[in-house]
Amino acid sequence: MIFNKAIKGVLPEGIMTFDEKYYNIGFIDQLSYKDTFVHRLDPRAKLIATLFFLFTVVSFSKYEIAALLPFFLYPMLLMTIGEIPFMFIFRKVIMVSPFAIFIGIFNPLLDSAQVAVFPELTISAGWISFLSILIKFTLTVSTALLLIATTSFPNVCHGLRQLGLPSLFVSQLSFLYRYIFVLMEETMRIVRARNMRSYGERGKGIRIFVRIVGTLFIRTVERAERIYFAMLSRGFQGDMPSLKRFHIATGDIVFALSVGVFLYVFRLYPATQILGRFVQGVFS
Amino acid sequence: MHMADALLSPAVGATMWAGSAAAIGYSSKKLKENLDNKTIPLMGVMAAFVFAAQMINFTIPGTGSSGHIGGGMLLAIILGPYAAFLAMASILTVQALFFADGGLLALGCNIWNLGIYPCFIIYPLIYKPIAGDGRNVQRISIAAILSVIIALQLGAFSVVLETLLSGKSELPFNTFVLLMQPIHLAIGLVEGIVTAGIISYVQKVRPEILQAQPLNTGTSIKNVLVAFVILAVITGGAFSWFASTHPDGLEWSIEKVTGKGELDEATQGIAPALKEIQEKTAFLPDYSFKPTASEEAPADEAPVWPGIEAGTSLAGIVGGTIVLLFTLLIGFGIRLFKKQ
Repeated sequence: MIFNKAIKGVLPEGIMTFDEKYYNIGFIDQLSYKDTFVHRLDPRAKLIATLFFLFTVVSFSKYEIAALLPFFLYPMLLMTIGEIPFMFIFRKVIMVSPFAIFIGIFNPLLDSAQVAVFPELTISAGWISFLSILIKFTLTVSTALLLIATTSFPNVCHGLRQLGLPSLFVSQLSFLYRYIFVLMEETMRIVRARNMRSYGERGKGIRIFVRIVGTLFIRTVERAERIYFAMLSRGFQGDMPSLKRFHIATGDIVFALSVGVFLYVFRLYPATQILGRFVQGVFS
Repeated sequence: MHMADALLSPAVGATMWAGSAAAIGYSSKKLKENLDNKTIPLMGVMAAFVFAAQMINFTIPGTGSSGHIGGGMLLAIILGPYAAFLAMASILTVQALFFADGGLLALGCNIWNLGIYPCFIIYPLIYKPIAGDGRNVQRISIAAILSVIIALQLGAFSVVLETLLSGKSELPFNTFVLLMQPIHLAIGLVEGIVTAGIISYVQKVRPEILQAQPLNTGTSIKNVLVAFVILAVITGGAFSWFASTHPDGLEWSIEKVTGKGELDEATQGIAPALKEIQEKTAFLPDYSFKPTASEEAPADEAPVWPGIEAGTSLAGIVGGTIVLLFTLLIGFGIRLFKKQ
């Protein structure tokens, strides 16, 4: 995120405005409360499946391309069965791509060993590893986004707590999530007020920024004090237990098993190559 | 400067996750021991504050570009190391999930780079000694600026190390360092000035906030620090060995389990390790088709450099196209089915 400012101007589409970011979180939040098969799965099953998927994808060698392609099936299934709009995920993937592209683009320049793709056509090996980075990037980013778009954040927290994360950290996560919306609305008002009063670059310098953030900070501390008293008077004792209990259903087991088998098979067997050879065999 | 999943190898990702998870566990335990209920909502609101403040842009003088704060150091100064670390970790988690900043595997790296350094290294070693008791505004400002700069330098340097140890990028060490460190020196200077500004504003308006810091037990920070240095050395040593001997940890372990790779004990050591590195730098070491049907084996068993037989890549392209078309077909099929 900090990195964005260094390359602003080069890739202006990588920077969202404040309003866009706010509505983005709100939109994902909305999506995550849909009621589909994917949404109904146990959050633990989805969390673990996602982690295994990510590890499997990045475990491929840096020149691997063909064997990665079958893995698109997993995000595709989550997206279609979970009824998540394709363009939304696609735009977010593009938006965060600058860092991976920035680091990866050096591969074609530095790794210039020539490789024959076809008997006549040779390209430098760096292009292959760059393409591999881009494919891995798309797979990992879209899968992570789809996890949160199909699981509501309170459920994610609940799943994390059941998986053994410290309850203090999980409470911290859920507190943060609750306050994000409140504070972002407040910040949005402040930013709008500043933008209305500033002409060109006037009023957008560091001095004004420090004042704005300082005020926001004081207001936040005062808000925290009010919240604390309100919580105390409602019986807060340091933890936020949830009444919701998740039970592992048959669907969860089927889901976890099929993801496991899918990852195992496509990690160990070069299915794309076998298929390609088979088709070539049929047509030759 | 968020690390990305696609640039990571499983070994590096898992090691950094282990380190960050241990720090989360330790901080939670520490906070719970001297728990002041008030801290929990304060941490939550403060994290949300940094989250929102990160989105306000300001103009960086002399460049015309705009920037925003990272906030790790600000949190450490206000909440103390343990609470600040948990708050920073929660911010990075939400960002990884909702904005796909970094990624879930890289989250371990990002928590380490942007959380551990400011909270557990810079705060006790640099900020505290310079800032003193938090009454002198000038000392606080100098301490804040220096702290942010050094924390960012450490973070950026870690990004370089993590990327290089993962081996997905071709960037040589020197170039990468020259690319990352100066940019982050400039960013750190600006962020340091801003952080100092906010702290001294708070000092003017509500000085008691800075002096309270309920969770700063002086001696235990030293213990934590020692523990972390040891942990860092051990994990660093372990995973750099792991990364160089077996460039692909998971692949190696899979091969071991399935008995395909057949690494017997004699192949361990420096010479085979060097050979392996050499193989890694040569083109497509394990790309060539692994025969599953025995009659295809002879055709593929001559991986002479450039090691790729045109048929293999053609098969890859044909197969890849079919796989992608198939995936799209399934996607459209389900969409169509759902619409009815």
